[in-house]
Amino acid sequence: MKKEPFKEKDDRLRRTRLYIPGNHPAMIQNAEIYGADSLIFDLEDSIPLTEKDTARILVRNAIQALNFGRSEVTVRINGINTPFLEKDLEAIVPTKPDGLLLPKAETEEDILFLHERITELEKKHGLPVGKIRIMPIIETALGVVNVEKIVAAPRIAAVGIGGEDLTADIGAIRTPDGRELEYISSKIIVACAAYHIQAIDTVFADINDQEGLFQATKRAISRGFQGKSVIHPSQIEVVHRAFMPSEEEIEKAKRIVKAYRESLKKGLGAVSVDGRMIDLPIVMRAERILKRAKAGKK
Amino acid sequence: MKFTANKIGRKIPEELFEKKLIPFQGKGKGPYKVRKYAPKIRMRRPGEQKILGSIREAIKAGELTDGGTISFHHHFRNGDFLLNMVCHEIAAMGLKDIRLVPSSIQGVHKEILPYLEKGIITEINCGTSSVIADAISHGKMERLLTIRSHGGRARSIENGDVEIDIAFIAAPTVDPYGNINGVRGKNACGSLGYAFPDAHFANYVVAVTNDLVPFPNNPISISQDHVDAVVKTDKPIGDPKGIVSTTLRITRDPKNLKIAHDCVEVIKASGLLKEGFSYQSGAGGTALATTNFLRDYMKSKNIKGSFGMGGATEALVRMLEDGLFEAILDVQTFDTYAVQSLLNNPRHIEIGASQYANPQTSGCAVNLLDTIILGGTEVDLNFNVNTSTESDGRIQWGMGGHQDTAEGAKLTIIAIPLLRGRIPIVVDNVVSVNTPGENVDVVVTERGIAVNPESAFYDTLLKAKHLNIKTIEELKRIAEDLAGGPPNQPKTTDRIVAIIEYRDGSVLDVIYQVAD
Amino acid sequence: MVKFVRTAQAGSLESCDILVTITKGKEQSGVKINLESSAKKQFGDRIIAEIMEVVKKFGVTDIVISAVDKGALTYCIQARTEAAIKRAFGVDEK
Repeated sequence: MKKEPFKEKDDRLRRTRLYIPGNHPAMIQNAEIYGADSLIFDLEDSIPLTEKDTARILVRNAIQALNFGRSEVTVRINGINTPFLEKDLEAIVPTKPDGLLLPKAETEEDILFLHERITELEKKHGLPVGKIRIMPIIETALGVVNVEKIVAAPRIAAVGIGGEDLTADIGAIRTPDGRELEYISSKIIVACAAYHIQAIDTVFADINDQEGLFQATKRAISRGFQGKSVIHPSQIEVVHRAFMPSEEEIEKAKRIVKAYRESLKKGLGAVSVDGRMIDLPIVMRAERILKRAKAGKK
Repeated sequence: MKFTANKIGRKIPEELFEKKLIPFQGKGKGPYKVRKYAPKIRMRRPGEQKILGSIREAIKAGELTDGGTISFHHHFRNGDFLLNMVCHEIAAMGLKDIRLVPSSIQGVHKEILPYLEKGIITEINCGTSSVIADAISHGKMERLLTIRSHGGRARSIENGDVEIDIAFIAAPTVDPYGNINGVRGKNACGSLGYAFPDAHFANYVVAVTNDLVPFPNNPISISQDHVDAVVKTDKPIGDPKGIVSTTLRITRDPKNLKIAHDCVEVIKASGLLKEGFSYQSGAGGTALATTNFLRDYMKSKNIKGSFGMGGATEALVRMLEDGLFEAILDVQTFDTYAVQSLLNNPRHIEIGASQYANPQTSGCAVNLLDTIILGGTEVDLNFNVNTSTESDGRIQWGMGGHQDTAEGAKLTIIAIPLLRGRIPIVVDNVVSVNTPGENVDVVVTERGIAVNPESAFYDTLLKAKHLNIKTIEELKRIAEDLAGGPPNQPKTTDRIVAIIEYRDGSVLDVIYQVAD
Repeated sequence: MVKFVRTAQAGSLESCDILVTITKGKEQSGVKINLESSAKKQFGDRIIAEIMEVVKKFGVTDIVISAVDKGALTYCIQARTEAAIKRAFGVDEK
């Protein structure tokens, strides 16, 4: 894949991304101990309007002062049409987060606007331009309609789904197995896959139902989601367990990757494993399986 | 005052209040006496009866004078009214210079503060908390506070280091001839284990009750041949809500759940978690979570343990009922579920404090523990644990069975958060020592696990790659980085207000009056 | 030069947080800090220094700061102080 500006290859593991309300110091400073692959410090829905300013300053200070270990550090800023977005960017971009989550992302223009603002701020503060990713959350029907253009925009990594808002927006009713979001999920997954971007499944709200979370995550994985957003540390172990491949899958993945690497060395044109032709997407999926296995064993 | 350094480098005066002190010399030492103490022989002839009309009558019958010693158990915890009642009576009678030897002092005992200030109570032997602890820290009591473990208290009573003039036993039920149990009645508290040494070695024993039952009481925890007098009163001797909890809360804090989870991982990695496993844990939120995680794991792997020890809680009892232990040994019962279990389940066994933890016996139960999970206010680079003082030097807690179980158990785990608020829990030197580092194997915090290089499990645990192992120095550094440095040292005067005894009677450390 | 606009507060009394309240002080009174903290003996001097650092950065004076600390770390103490100053002096307001 040709390396284009603002489109560096992103193969970071994001099995779990943990939402942390940005106005709770106790949760912020303990965020890194739970082993989530990714952390989302939230300035949006979990923060009341009267506390947007205090949360912003707290998250800014936290990212500058604290060490979050191996977790990715991201911030969910306020949406494009809110009076808070500009101040969020001015405060947060200089702290060099790994990514910014844009809620209610609806159009390509939304992303381009954000991309330009981030670039200006990166330049203003002497930061390497292009490293901060944009992670849109699709929460409206319009966003679903435009997702194919959104994923093609600069900086995009990890597209999320806001299941609750989406269901309401399309006039559907939430059901336990989430079938009302099947089409939407698939559309987003396909769009993401075409651009080698990760699709992240929506949150599972019932933090006491660990079995339900496990099943929902298994369903998400089989559809092609590469991660799940979580709202409580107790959900992390469950989701990671669901992402752990079986011994069989690991075994097969090892053979595929080995065969592929050997064929590269020998300059062979085609690779086959167990009598079946192996194309690049199958190799990439095998590599992903091994990556999940390695992380799961830690 | 002349001082000598004891084995862990703490400076101990050679003598305090005319008593020679033995500096701590390491675990497994002693005994420093040859024979046990023998209380007075008291006789009841046929036809004599034991019922007295009031506590005052009992105090007189026990011939308590100025300078005397009285004792209590703390099985009623923060629902205890008896200690206060007796102290009020003693003050009203004009007695003074009394030594108090309860098995613990709780918040509810703040009523006796004026008696400390007035010299009516001049010495206390036990762990204290809350208002009384604070007052002693500020020098309001004339003589020393001596802090002992459960096993140490039993030893001190049984070998005569402490001679009790009158032991007051709050009795949930007692019959007119003095047979006591703790499992029935409105003040049911379960095991009466801490009162056993008092009953067997005091010079006069008084049972005080709200529930007088017909002779013979059944079961019998403390028997009539040790009990001299029975007082029935309608004034409540305890508050059932403070005595037992209907539900103890397992922690919901994800940070404490992680610590609990990692404790179980350490136990698994140690190789001890197999057939015949024995375990003790406390009643705090994190301890309960650990017990529950352990139970889930043992059930899933069909591991049958030998015994569990408590602090008996519903969580521990359910392990017994699931067949995960052969029996529970119970020296203190925390909730109503466990009290019912003690009453009804023959595999739930009441044990006395000496049988539980007195090292100077033919073998106490803590010697047989595979693992114990403990807490603490601070831990230092030598793995010494503080349970009695806060980092500002104030006395705030006792130590329960910490010292005893830490020495007895094969694998001693200290489970604590790395910081409490801003205050680092891992420090260079703890303010005062309750459990010496030589008895501590592992410190489990939410940000890493430290293994004592002297521990027999050091090599085994370091091989477990999935454990977040750090050195104790690294943990201290992480804590200080977060806190912005080590805490300021406490400001104290040079007056010693308390000594911390080791379970063998030697002195582990001293506590100075805080300068405010 | 910013002017004092209103008494303002930021933070909370939750564990690990600090509640910072800024009120107007008399003319020429400088900066007074009243600290209540569960870690006062262990870290009180440092907490006050951290608050003062933020006050100096914004160059405000003639204020009384009341801080009720529940074990907050430096980043939080300074964030709440900054937020309270901005609210008290109307900084960043349209």
